[in-house]
Amino acid sequence: MNFLLINFFLISLLLITTFFIFKSTSLIGIVALTGAFTLLCSAIYVNLDAVDVAFTEAAVGSGISTILMVMAAAKLPEGKKNKLINLFPSIILAISISLVLILIISNLPLLGDPNAPIHLHVVPEYIKESKDFFHIPNVVTNILASYRGFDTLGETIVIFTAGLGVIVLLTSNTLNRKTKFKNKEKK
Amino acid sequence: MRDKISSSPVLSVVSKVLFAPIIIFGLYVQFHGDYGPGGGFQAGVIVAAAFILYSMIFGLAKGETLVPVMVNRYLMCVGVLLYAGVGILSIFLDGMYLDYNVLSTNPSSGQHIGIILVELGVGITVATVMIALYHSFASFQESHE
Repeated sequence: MNFLLINFFLISLLLITTFFIFKSTSLIGIVALTGAFTLLCSAIYVNLDAVDVAFTEAAVGSGISTILMVMAAAKLPEGKKNKLINLFPSIILAISISLVLILIISNLPLLGDPNAPIHLHVVPEYIKESKDFFHIPNVVTNILASYRGFDTLGETIVIFTAGLGVIVLLTSNTLNRKTKFKNKEKK
Repeated sequence: MRDKISSSPVLSVVSKVLFAPIIIFGLYVQFHGDYGPGGGFQAGVIVAAAFILYSMIFGLAKGETLVPVMVNRYLMCVGVLLYAGVGILSIFLDGMYLDYNVLSTNPSSGQHIGIILVELGVGITVATVMIALYHSFASFQESHE
């Protein structure tokens, strides 16, 4: 009962935050509210006992990405307001996508259902074996680093490549972008 | 805007006080990841947050003297190479790629060593990539103006 009440409270807060994100017109405000949104998501994950996911969500979602969004927002020119474009197509798209999602809900397994397909494949094996074999109590670490070591290597390389891409695109001295920029302005 | 921030004594004192505890918390998350929630990804982000806080408060130039740009870029590669190197090492020790059992005499302690090394590689890469992201964003802004 407590679990449901907390979940209900958090999800209603999530809805309120979403509403204010929709209503807000200032860019920094939207960035801050998005940070609050991801923090609420991580609270929901804690409530679902997915502590590792909650930790990642809090650190990456509401920590670093908010900072980076603020940096990007500060770079934009001030005081420019876009005129409202025709909202009709996007409203139709949003309503149809949410209709599809609502129709799918009935096919999803219930929350915490032990017979859900995800809990029947390899997970029982991991939970049973891993502690005796590794002597490491955190199953998530075992799966992440050992059972699924290749996937984690791939993830690390993805992060590395993303950082490389940003450095190449944004750092001015890499491609002598600075001088090119100035030449263009003179013309 | 940046001058206003750095001249505020409250912010500079608070960030000086917070800098070391944030890094210690990051190291705790890194090496306690086997026993509690956490691991390389989260620890890397937390450590990066300390350095980003420092360069936000004291300016980009001071942040770059703390973590020189080229050192940061080399460390980015070191993390990935450490991860991949553990795999190569296990091939040389007659195992398969990323098979940690062969890293020690006992399979279970081999797994321990392997997991800690691999998570360290992930942590180094994530932390340095985040710092590099922040620095590229911030320096691009300055060169733009």
